[in-house]
Amino acid sequence: MSSTLLLALMFVGFITIYKLGRSRSLALATNVGGARYLNSLPFYYGMITVLWAAIPALILLGLWYAFDDAVIQAIVVQHLPAEIREAGNTEIGLVLNKVRLIIDNQFLGEPPEYMTVAAAEINKLTTLSSNLLAALIFLLMSVSASVGYFRIHPQMKARLFVENWFKLALLICSMIAIFTTLGIVLSVLLESIKFFRSVPITEFLFGLEWSPQNAMRADQVVGSSSFGAIPLFAGTLLIAFISMLIAVPVGLMSAIYLADYAPTKVRSTVKPLLEILAGIPTVVYGFFAALTVAPMIRDLAIGMGLDNYMTVTSESALAVGLIMGVMIVPFVSSLSDDVINAVPQSLRDGALALGATKSEVVKQVVIPAALPGIVGGFLLAVSRAIGETMIVVMAAGLAANLTANPLDAVTTVTVQIVTLLTGDQEFDSPKTLAAFALGLMLFVVTLALNYIALHVVKKYREQYE
Amino acid sequence: MTILEATNPVDTAETAAKDTIKMKEADLNEAATESDHKTVGDCFVENPKFSVRDANVYYGDKQAVFDVSLDIGENEVIAMIGPSGCGKSTFLRCLNRMNDTIDICRVEGKIELDGMDIYDSRLDVVPLRARVGMVFQKPNPFPKSIYDNVAYGPKIHGLVSRRVDLDEIVETSLRRAGLWDEVKDRLNQPGTGLSGGQQQRLCIARTIAVSPEVILMDEPCSALDPIATARIEELIAELSENFTICIVTHSMQQAARVSKRTAYFHMGKLMEVNETQKVFTNPDHELTEAYITGRFG
Ligand SMILES: Nc1ncnc2c1ncn2[C@@H]1O[C@H](COP(=O)(O)OP(=O)(O)O)[C@@H](O)[C@H]1O
Ligand SMILES: [Mg+2]
Repeated sequence: MSSTLLLALMFVGFITIYKLGRSRSLALATNVGGARYLNSLPFYYGMITVLWAAIPALILLGLWYAFDDAVIQAIVVQHLPAEIREAGNTEIGLVLNKVRLIIDNQFLGEPPEYMTVAAAEINKLTTLSSNLLAALIFLLMSVSASVGYFRIHPQMKARLFVENWFKLALLICSMIAIFTTLGIVLSVLLESIKFFRSVPITEFLFGLEWSPQNAMRADQVVGSSSFGAIPLFAGTLLIAFISMLIAVPVGLMSAIYLADYAPTKVRSTVKPLLEILAGIPTVVYGFFAALTVAPMIRDLAIGMGLDNYMTVTSESALAVGLIMGVMIVPFVSSLSDDVINAVPQSLRDGALALGATKSEVVKQVVIPAALPGIVGGFLLAVSRAIGETMIVVMAAGLAANLTANPLDAVTTVTVQIVTLLTGDQEFDSPKTLAAFALGLMLFVVTLALNYIALHVVKKYREQYE
Repeated sequence: MTILEATNPVDTAETAAKDTIKMKEADLNEAATESDHKTVGDCFVENPKFSVRDANVYYGDKQAVFDVSLDIGENEVIAMIGPSGCGKSTFLRCLNRMNDTIDICRVEGKIELDGMDIYDSRLDVVPLRARVGMVFQKPNPFPKSIYDNVAYGPKIHGLVSRRVDLDEIVETSLRRAGLWDEVKDRLNQPGTGLSGGQQQRLCIARTIAVSPEVILMDEPCSALDPIATARIEELIAELSENFTICIVTHSMQQAARVSKRTAYFHMGKLMEVNETQKVFTNPDHELTEAYITGRFG
């Protein structure tokens, strides 16, 4: 029996069991004077019977699927010719792979006799296993459902029981997010520790030069590599700074305009437009930056004669920062717009009634009242700027220059992570592991920023609730 | 007329009485919707501070105030009463043009402050609102310190240049609002941390700090407990020596206690204006009588 069919049948079984449990509670209720003398609603008696039937069955199902392949394989291995079994695990693995190819009809040529036998045995055992599983499941379900069915009585606290199980289900769902995060952090942390074994952490944190060399094979020398992360973080900060220089004033002003000045008509057209802007894929911004803005800035700088004083390249931090700033504008403006709108109208009225002008109201009452929320929005925007990769890859280049010159090429942490991990490399080389160390740093920085931002936003909320 | 329905007696023993009241209500209803209604009582005074003639106010297509004509005398306290939704707040907000903040609101008619048309297109609302202050139903102190709340008005109008003068204005305003003794030791703490009654007195202090000539109050006590209410009523009596006060209230006792004249609004129309004493003992209009005897409202 295929597993889809099994699941479908189980589902039908659950519905039947639900109906049975429900009608039994109603039948019992007539003896005690009607459904309102039941401890819980009939729905809960149906659900409790289903839970009784489902929990053991699902546990069995889970265990079975977890172990059946391993068991079948062990049995088949026992029946392989003795010389293969004695040849060691690698040989057994190879044979099993070939057997699988036979099962999938992808084996080229004529397979040896013992492999065909093994393939037939696997097929047989798999069918047997799934039929056995189906039989066991339905047996278990009928037994446990009957136990549940006959335990139903009018005083049973069915609702509490069912609600507790649902609470557990909710808890498990929320745990998934937490454990995923934890897992990611742990794996990044472990790889970073490996990296810090070959490169001292002080060199990584304070080194001024970043030039990881390719180590295609394990025996290659990596002596000439240096892993100082400072140029990367400097580049990241430079680009983030330029982009915030654009995004903060433009985003904030547009939010103020939308929230306090724009007529309803303008607001209802501009707001969706801004949201569309937020939906443009960053790669599109990326080629706009690389193909249009960066050459323009270079030509402009050369036209002004700036190339006599500083490096001017066609891949510049300035171009990336500008475009990234534009990309973040809708983000800043929509967050600020929300907090500005949350400032109660009564405060504006209070100031207006004292004879304040509109701009005084905005500057002296609305913005100060919304400030914590606005700052929270800025911090979220900064972590977005730090995490942005695509635009930088396309328009700022890969050169890890340690410079404050916005017309020069720089690179960022995320871009380096991408370049470190793409291409064929020995996985355990410091170059690959460096990506994890960078990821860890980035994670710590953005986590801190987000924490501060959320904290500030929360404080702001308390003020008006 | 949901307002009228709500007052139907429920006792079945009074069926006969109920019928007569119902008939009376039908009459009242008609009186209220009559198109060529005339306000009864004394709408006009000598040398008015405010003079309103034929004011009509619309929210979009919906008219909220109909042909109101009314004078408000210098340093008088005038109370405005009437059932919910009858346009009292709307009318009050015409007097300092706070209705400008509502996009769909349109005001017609002539409203003059000391003979100056306040709806003149060339008029700047900023000095107008400095002359006509307003206290709202819900206390709305700024999320700033107590000191800054009171100092805000004088600062934006540039009334003072030296810190000591500002300190003095803050102190006198808080004293006049009867709040000084309670807050003098914590002027730097946020105004939002005060109790409801204190917040409302802070808002009054904030309003009188710009020395307005008129103070509009829209149900200033409806969010307050009886003790805080009594405190504010005392304050209104004291303030009436120097300010013209228009107060909208839901409490007839409050109107009777604080005001010299009372205006009764009904469904956007001004029904009666008379000496408070007269309105509450011997009103001229049957709707006023119905309202003050609690038949609706
Ligand atoms: N901002 C507004 N937009 C549309 N209609 C309004 C607005 N404010 C008040 N109204 C309407 O105007 C009428 C009078 O309201 P209001 O002046 O607040 O009454 P009152 O203060 O006497 O209870 C009501 O019918 C109300 O629905
Ligand atoms: Mg009102």
